[in-house]
Amino acid sequence: MEITHRAYADVVVVAPAGRLDHTVAEAFERSLMPLLDPAAGGGAGLVLDFSRVDYISSVGLRVLMIAGKAARARGARIAVAGLRPVVQEIFAISRFNGVVEMFPTVAAALAAISPAAATAYDGAAKAPEP
Amino acid sequence: MKRVRFWGTRGSLPVSLTAAGLRARIVAAVQGARKGALASDADVDAYVESLGFAVAGTFGGHTSCVEIETGGPDYVLCDLGSGVRPFGQAALAKHGPAAPQTYHVFMSHVHWDHIMGLPFFVPAYVPGNRIVVYGGHAELEYALRRQMEPPSFPVPFDALRARFEFVHLAPGVRHEVAGMTVTTLLQRHTGDSYGYRFEKDGRTVVYTTDSEHTLAGPAETQAFVEFFRGADLVVFDAMYSLADAISVKADWGHSSNIVCVELCQLAGAAHLCLFHHEPASDDAAIAKLLDDTRRLEEITRDGPPLRISAAYDGLDIAL
Repeated sequence: MEITHRAYADVVVVAPAGRLDHTVAEAFERSLMPLLDPAAGGGAGLVLDFSRVDYISSVGLRVLMIAGKAARARGARIAVAGLRPVVQEIFAISRFNGVVEMFPTVAAALAAISPAAATAYDGAAKAPEP
Repeated sequence: MKRVRFWGTRGSLPVSLTAAGLRARIVAAVQGARKGALASDADVDAYVESLGFAVAGTFGGHTSCVEIETGGPDYVLCDLGSGVRPFGQAALAKHGPAAPQTYHVFMSHVHWDHIMGLPFFVPAYVPGNRIVVYGGHAELEYALRRQMEPPSFPVPFDALRARFEFVHLAPGVRHEVAGMTVTTLLQRHTGDSYGYRFEKDGRTVVYTTDSEHTLAGPAETQAFVEFFRGADLVVFDAMYSLADAISVKADWGHSSNIVCVELCQLAGAAHLCLFHHEPASDDAAIAKLLDDTRRLEEITRDGPPLRISAAYDGLDIAL
């Protein structure tokens, strides 16, 4: 599993890749939880870009449950976006589609959580590569 | 080992199909029958089959009782839920009261739904029968006696004329019972519960109910994977959705259909049977759970296919 993140205004977008199974769940949790700290830039919330996630197991979903509770405890939101069809089915079968907010794209998730973050994300997408 | 028969499959407390539920099924079946000609008995059979188990069948309502047919002369049971009553009637009908039998009973734990059938298990009242109760709990005998004490029940335990023996099984130790090798595993449940791995003639059955998988770490996962390793059949408590099992129903002592698929896939098990059904679930909900679980197995498969069934009272699985 690899994981990257970037702040857009008051939301952090986290992008894991690969399989989120029992072999990487602890590393996934260790990477994710510090990003819930407002000091990391995600005062309004956190969006998980799942467009490069191939599979998520029960332990990976458990990490999302823990992160969601922590986010709500401080008044922030957490969402997943860009799920591949297989992962989307896993969310539905496990009933996690009622636990975590889901959006078709990162842009849609940001627009729902923070207009400022959506604007920053849009601006970054249009900016020329350095 | 030859077969596994399910006499009770419901979790927590018995349930039954209601009059309103039955009527709704009959209406659905009759409405569907209007669409085609049912000229012969074969047509009728085929039509009824096409209705699906949630309309033409029922998962049933007795609490946990599972029989393992070993091929030997003795009976082997897991748990004494209300399903042991019809089991006892079938055993008596087969042998009659004059032919003494031995019943080996492996107890997952002593919560009410797993012991409530004993007072109605008629072979327990028949002199000459031998009933050996195995488990990891020190209070096995106490729990079975207490439920038959006043004011809870009119007939005392001592009125049972069969010869009872209680055998404590230590987890992780291989025990030889009725020609089988039996291993137990301590499980997470209020007051503890124990899973059983039965091996005989190259066949393996795992009975694991009332077990909460917290997903807290790889060591717990690996212990269950080894316990399930290569099993021909895993009977698993899949009472809740994963979302419920790790949130609002955390610490309630049960697991989900997601976890059992993962563990069985990791262990290379051949057949998973969903068991200990949520009493609030009607037949349509359990049928949906089965469909969802089969779909999950299909989309996450990374090896040989895992066969998946949902237990119902009367299900008979050949090993």
